[in-house]
Formats: sequence, structure tokens, C-alpha cells
Amino acid sequence: MVDTISAISTATSSLPLRELILSVNIAGLLAFSYVITRRLQPLLRAQSDPRFDRPLRRLQTVGKYWFGQWRHPRYKFAGLLHVTIFAGFLLLAARSFSLLIQPVFPQFEMPVLSGRIYGLLTDYAATVVFVCMTIAIVRRVVFKPARYQAPAEFGKWRSVDAVILLAAIAVLMLADSLVAATTLGRDHGTLQPLAAYSLPWFFRQLLQTHTANALAPINFGGSVLHAATFYFLLCYRPFGIQFHVETSLFSIYFSKLDRGTVKPVRWDIPENNLDQVKSFGVKTFQDFTWKHILDFYSCADCGRCADQCPAYAAGRPLAPRLLTIKARDYAFRHYPVFSKFDNGHALVGTIYTEDEVWSCTTCGACEEECPLLVEYIDKIVDLRRGLIDDANVPQSLQKPLKALESRGNPYGKLEKKRADWTLAAEFKQACPVKILNGRTQAETLYFVDSTTSYDERMQAIGRASARILQAIGEDFGILGASEKDSGHEVRRFGEETLFLALRDHNTEAIRGAGVKKIVTSDPHALNALKHDYNDLPPIEHITQVVARAVREQEMRFRPLANGEQVFAYHDPCYLGRHNQVYEDPRAVLDAIPGLKRVEMTRSRDRSFCCGGGGLMLFYEPQEEQRIGVLRVRMAAEAGANTIVTACPFCLTNLEDAIKTAGLEGKMTAIDFAELVDQQMVQKRPHKDSETKYETAGTGD
Amino acid sequence: MEILVCVRRVPDTSENEIELDSQGKDIARDELVYSINEPDNYAVEEALQIRDRVGGTVTVATVGGEDDEEVLRRELAMGANRAVLLSDESFAESDGRGIATILKNFVQKEKFDLILTGVQADDGAAQVGGMLAAMLDLPFASLVNSIEVCGQKLKVSREIEGGNKEVNEIDLPCVLSIQTGINEPRYVGMRGIRQVASVPIATLGASELATNSNSVGRNAAKVVRIDYFIPAQGKGAEILRGSREENADKVAELIAARGGLR
Repeated sequence: MVDTISAISTATSSLPLRELILSVNIAGLLAFSYVITRRLQPLLRAQSDPRFDRPLRRLQTVGKYWFGQWRHPRYKFAGLLHVTIFAGFLLLAARSFSLLIQPVFPQFEMPVLSGRIYGLLTDYAATVVFVCMTIAIVRRVVFKPARYQAPAEFGKWRSVDAVILLAAIAVLMLADSLVAATTLGRDHGTLQPLAAYSLPWFFRQLLQTHTANALAPINFGGSVLHAATFYFLLCYRPFGIQFHVETSLFSIYFSKLDRGTVKPVRWDIPENNLDQVKSFGVKTFQDFTWKHILDFYSCADCGRCADQCPAYAAGRPLAPRLLTIKARDYAFRHYPVFSKFDNGHALVGTIYTEDEVWSCTTCGACEEECPLLVEYIDKIVDLRRGLIDDANVPQSLQKPLKALESRGNPYGKLEKKRADWTLAAEFKQACPVKILNGRTQAETLYFVDSTTSYDERMQAIGRASARILQAIGEDFGILGASEKDSGHEVRRFGEETLFLALRDHNTEAIRGAGVKKIVTSDPHALNALKHDYNDLPPIEHITQVVARAVREQEMRFRPLANGEQVFAYHDPCYLGRHNQVYEDPRAVLDAIPGLKRVEMTRSRDRSFCCGGGGLMLFYEPQEEQRIGVLRVRMAAEAGANTIVTACPFCLTNLEDAIKTAGLEGKMTAIDFAELVDQQMVQKRPHKDSETKYETAGTGD
Repeated sequence: MEILVCVRRVPDTSENEIELDSQGKDIARDELVYSINEPDNYAVEEALQIRDRVGGTVTVATVGGEDDEEVLRRELAMGANRAVLLSDESFAESDGRGIATILKNFVQKEKFDLILTGVQADDGAAQVGGMLAAMLDLPFASLVNSIEVCGQKLKVSREIEGGNKEVNEIDLPCVLSIQTGINEPRYVGMRGIRQVASVPIATLGASELATNSNSVGRNAAKVVRIDYFIPAQGKGAEILRGSREENADKVAELIAARGGLR
């Protein structure tokens, strides 16, 4: 055996390994640097985006979502497969590095990440990664999960590309193992020890009969194959879906930290100078910010976003994933690695359609799911800003936008009628609502917003909320005619100028009212006042107020009379995902004696949008079915016959959907505030028949 | 092509609750919000599209006062090249013929190949376009819902009752009244209006337009409004109070009975 070993050394040293690996290293690094320099060009020409703040928070995010792979197990099988591969890669990084360096500098040894234990660990890592690659290839080729499928116009290349990349990694693992199987140990006296039943171990078993002269070329060939495959992957990845291996760390480090917000029109231009900005929003590729382009590079095309997207589920012409993929293809086409750049084409009309851009409900399900924290809402809003700036707005949205401008609400109703919901005969006596006009003061402002103010059905939410505030002894009032629409949807539909006007008006009115805090029953108003407005008193949603009253035992409920009812709570997107209020409404529902509650499969941060409110109620999308109909069917599947929600838009859509789905009489919808109002035990009795939930949802 | 579009500012029926004033001869205007008359907006959009296809300019003009500048400003934001306000105390309370006379005088000062008006104003009588054409001795086509430029002629079409389409050829210069639905007017937001805030709007009065005060204004009006009322609600609709299925059957029956289902 000793003879064999020395023969290997001699045979090895006679082959030009050092020269060859050195050249592959140099060529590979040069090629990689060139490709990356070219890929960075669009980012350098893009809009500014300040992502260099809060380094500790960002490192935490990296720890959780990159290193910790936090979101992957949300899809169990694929997720765990990825976590395993990722862990394998991390472990193998130092070993791969050594394999590229040691032939050139034989003395080189990785600090810490070398030695016997590391060697054995990585033998297994290489084996596990190899097995995972095989599973992943079989999965893609044989099982073809639906979320990887792309429409025909994208061709088959994408799936071929994925398989090539997976296969290349498998080859890398084989090469690595082959080298390990034929490499000498540290003492140069024996072959290095291998982990039992690992891939290198199997190779060595196979090669045992070979002579030294035969092993040397195998070691040589393995090293060269390893280096070649390594650099092939490094240079090929920036052309396809595996670029995320390089970019994900940066994407996640620079990810958006502020939930519920929308990016300003331009990060580098203060709001009051916006009139000088020639063009709003994204019209051509370079109107995206550099981070958004980085997102396009990072997307792994896994399809989790589209799988969660309500617009996609309803057959609207939007899949978040394709929004990214099309932009990446555009970048690869128009900023090619080997020829001249050719930018400046309008994106909508070439890679995107108008309907695609207007189809998004901004529910945030895609962003909540993306393992790489790719952003979608800001991009959609920026694309809409671009369309609006080019005067390109669907006809059905023009009237509501004009009405918001002239009357402060999308219906074009009179300002002076904004508080008419408080004048309902019996309500007016039982629960007089103050109008805070400067002379009348209160501690708390109830911000009603347009839908609850004007929509006859939703006005019941306003009255229920007012009675709740009264019951817990809140000194509150409303702005009445001087309240305008919060502008939440206006901003998300891209009409920034109108939004700013609405915001400025409301900000002045709210500050003028001199209140200490704000309560709203509309999650969209909550999100706007919290994230889109500046320097207002603290704001809470009515669910949070009631939950606190229940916790502090200031509110009690009478038992639910109807034992047949099974409730399911529908998380409104802007209360749940965008503002993380998941438990308060549930805690309150569970505090009502006798209330039976089930959870829908899609709940909490995976809640399924009702179809979108505000301006979305006016938009006529191309779709195969209504989003709301899908949602009420989910409630039925969960075994519920009453959907409780906490948003006037959700209630509008769900009540409509119950009728459209033909579930009238079998399913009802009720707002959280209405249910609480109906069940709470309070000092003064009241009677307002229209909020009795027995009739709610069937009142046509 | 040099195109003039005559526009008008009207109370927006979708954003107002129309009530009578104390006199009972007009609507209460204190809290109204106004916008451009809808068919006029389609006319401007059509003019802009023609200009973008064949070149030329688009001028918008209105007869009115300072308040009416807002609709001119809006049409400038849409993309009109020039806006003109025809304003004079003597123009007040002109009837349709008076308005047409003022517009005629303006047109005669300039040179237009094509003059567009909306098919009618929300509160109007659909008469100014025709009268203007007659006064200028120009060919006139009304209710136009598509325009094709063919050299010195236009092919214009209109919808015939029942949904059929008729195409006519008409010589330029001419006057056309434009029907809604001819196109999809572009959006004008606050930003667009702000961007044209400093564009000057020329104001022309009676002397610049050589308008004789006997031919316009209150004194020349031959048609004078003497009453205005909101009709009393009739007995109105029949309310169906059955189940959904019964109601659906009943509705189908009622429609069929009136010849609606074939």
C-alpha cells in the first residue's frame, strides 16, 4: 500500500495540475468579473434607493431569511430540500475553495474549516447535495409541479435551464467526491480518511482495484472537472434562475424594512419638489430602482408568489413571478453581456400589459411568501404611476378619481353628507356623535373614511363602531364634512399627486381637531394614517381597541344565541399582513361565550384577499371568476357558515360573493364591529335592527 | 390640420345633487362642482388623436367667464395646443344662436380646417354646432362616432337607431358634433393641470371678436327659459318581492312581454 501511495504522489506531480488549475482559476475569475460587471450596469443606471441604513436590522434579516432560510419550510417538501441544499453549500464552500487553491498553493489550508471532522462532514454534505439534486431533477422532469409552469410564450427553455443547472451541481458533487476519494491525507502517507457510506467512500470502494498509475489521472481529472464545473456554474448562473446563489445575500440585506409603506415617487427628490420631476413612475427599465433590478436578478422562479396570488387564482392576467421574470428577460436582452446596450423601450405595451398592471389588489401575499423577500407592491405602484403620468387610466377609474379630487370621495357624494350615517333615527338618540370642528373637542378621533361614511350597508359598521367606543367610555368624535378619503387606494393606484392633496387636507383637519389618538374601523385608513401620513397622533384599529377592553375586563359579552353558527375570521390584508394584527380580533371572538370558530386553511399571513377595495371596486378586471367567490368557498370548505371580517371593503366583496356563489341562506358575512356591538353587555340598551347579523348579508 | 374644439363647463351630474334655487327658474349653484361637458371631452380627445396622426394644432374655446377657465386648463393638460376664453359682459344669457354667433366671429378671425363640438351639453339643446355650421356656411355632420381623414375629405360615421352604422363623406373644412364613445379619453389628474398652470389663456371680448351686442346676450335671445322643474316622482317601479328564483322568472316574463327577449 505504501508503494501505491508514493506512486500516486509521483504520478500526480508528473501531471500539469498546478498550471491547469491556475489557468482555469484565472480564466474563470476573469470571465466571472466581466459578466458581473456587465450585470451591474443596469443597477448603476437605475433610480436611487436608500438601503444603506439600519445595518443591524438588516443583518438580523440576513440571519433570519438568508442564513436561517426562514420562509422555505412554508412549502414543506421543496422548502426542506432547499434548506438541505443550502446547508450543504455553506458547508462545502470552504472545501470547494480549497480544491481550487491547493493545487496551486499546496501549503494552503483553510483556517478552521479543514481537518478530519470537517472532511468527514463535507463528505456527507456532498453526498446529500448530490442526492437532493437528483430528487430536484426528478421532481422537475417527472412530477412537474404546477407552480413552475409558465405560459407557452415563455417556451421550454426555462425548465431546461433549471435542469442543466441542477445537473451541473450534481456533476460538481461527483467531481468533488472523486477528488476526495483519490486524495492523500495530511501525512502524505495514506489516502485521506473518508466518511463511511458517503459518495467519496463509494468511489474509493470502486477504485480499490486500480493501480496507482490509474488513480493519479482520476484525481487529476476530478480536480479539473471540479474547477471547470465550478467556474461554469459561476459564470452561467448570471444568465438564469440560479443567479440568486450570488445575489440573494444582497437582496435580503437590502430588502424593504418598512411594512405597509409605499416608496415615494423618487427617493432622491423631496416631495415638495415633485412638480419639477418630468416623469413619474416606471415607464422604461431604468425607471426602476437598483434594488428592484437586483430583485429581478434574485428571483429563483419558484412560483410561490403566484401560487398565493389572488389575482392569479381568479384568472386575472397577473402572476407576480412573471412580472419579475419578464423584467429579468428584458434586462438580459437589452443589457446583454456580449453586445451593446439597447434600453429605453416602454415596458407596458411590450413586456407588460395594462390589465396586468391594474390587476394587483396590493394584498401582499406574494411578498409575504417570497423566500428572497422580492418586492412587488412598490413596483406595481410605480408602473401605475407611469401609466397615470401618461394619462393612461382605465375609463372605469376616471370618474371615481375625478370625484375624489372634487368631492373627496370616490362616489361623488356631497361633502356635507359625509356624517349623515350618524343621523339614523334611533342611533342619533342612543349614541350622539360629536363633530370635531375646532369648537367641539374630544380625546379620540374616529376616522371613518369614505366607504363607511357613504355606503348604506357599510354605514352600519360606523354606527356599530361608535356604539362600541361609547360603551367603553371613549370621549370621541368624527371630522364630518372636513374628513376626506384617506387616499390609501389612490396612492396604491399610482395617483400620487391626488393622494398628497388628500393627505395634506386630512392631516390639517386631524391636527386641527386636537385629538390625542385616532381609531378607525377601516384597515386601509389605518394603514394610510399609520404609514402614509406623518406626525399624527397614534392610531389603532377598532379590533385592537376592543381586544384591550376585553383584556382589561372593561367589556363583556352575552352568550351567542344561535348555536348553529360556525364562524371563520377573514384576515383583511391591510390589518393582517400589512400591520400584523392577527391575534386581537381572534381573541375577542373567542371571548364571546358559545362562539364556535374554525380557521380557513388560508388565514393569518396567508390570508386570501377579498378582491380589493376602494378604487378596485370600480375597476373591471379581466378574470375568470371573482376573487371574493373563491374566498367564500374557502370559508365553506372550512365548515363555517358565517364569515367575520374587520374591513368595509372585505364585507362589500364577501357579501357580494356570497350572492354570486349562490350561497345565500347558507353563508353570511358580518363585520367584527357589528358582531361585537350585537353581543356586548353595556350600560345603555340600544336597538338598531339593521345591524342584527341574522339579516346581515342577505339584505338585498 | 388646424382643429377647433368648442367646449363647455357644466355641473357634473354624477357629483352633484341637483336642487332648484329659491326662484324656481334655475338650479341652486352654490355647492355645485363643475367639469367639462362629457361629449366635449370626447371631441377634444378625438381632435388630439387626429392631430397626432396627421399633424397640426388643436385649439379649445369656450364662451363664458373666469370660472370657465378651469375646463380650458383641463383640456390644455390633456394636450390641446392653445385655449381661448370668449368672454364679455354682453355675452351673458345668450341663447344657442347667440353662442353660435360668438363662436362664428371667433372662427372668422382664424383659420380652422375642422371644428368639433360635443353632441350636446348636459344642460344644453344640441343646437350650437348646427347653427355654427350654417352661419359659417360649412358642411355639418352630427352624432359622429368615428372619423377617418382622407386628404381633403373626411369619412365620418354615425350610429343609426337600432345599432347600424352609416358612413358619410364630408368635405373639409366642416363642423362635426361628436358622440360619446368615439374614443377613450385620456386621464387628466391634478399633476397634469398643475403642469399647465402657467400656460396663458387668451381672453377675447366683444370688441376683439367684432361682436354686435344686438346679436348676442340677453337682448338678442329669442329663446328664453321660463320655467325649470324637477318632475314629481311617478308611481315608478314595480318592486318584486318573491324569492330569487321567482323574481328571475318574473323579470324574464316582464321583459318578454314587452318584446325584449327574442
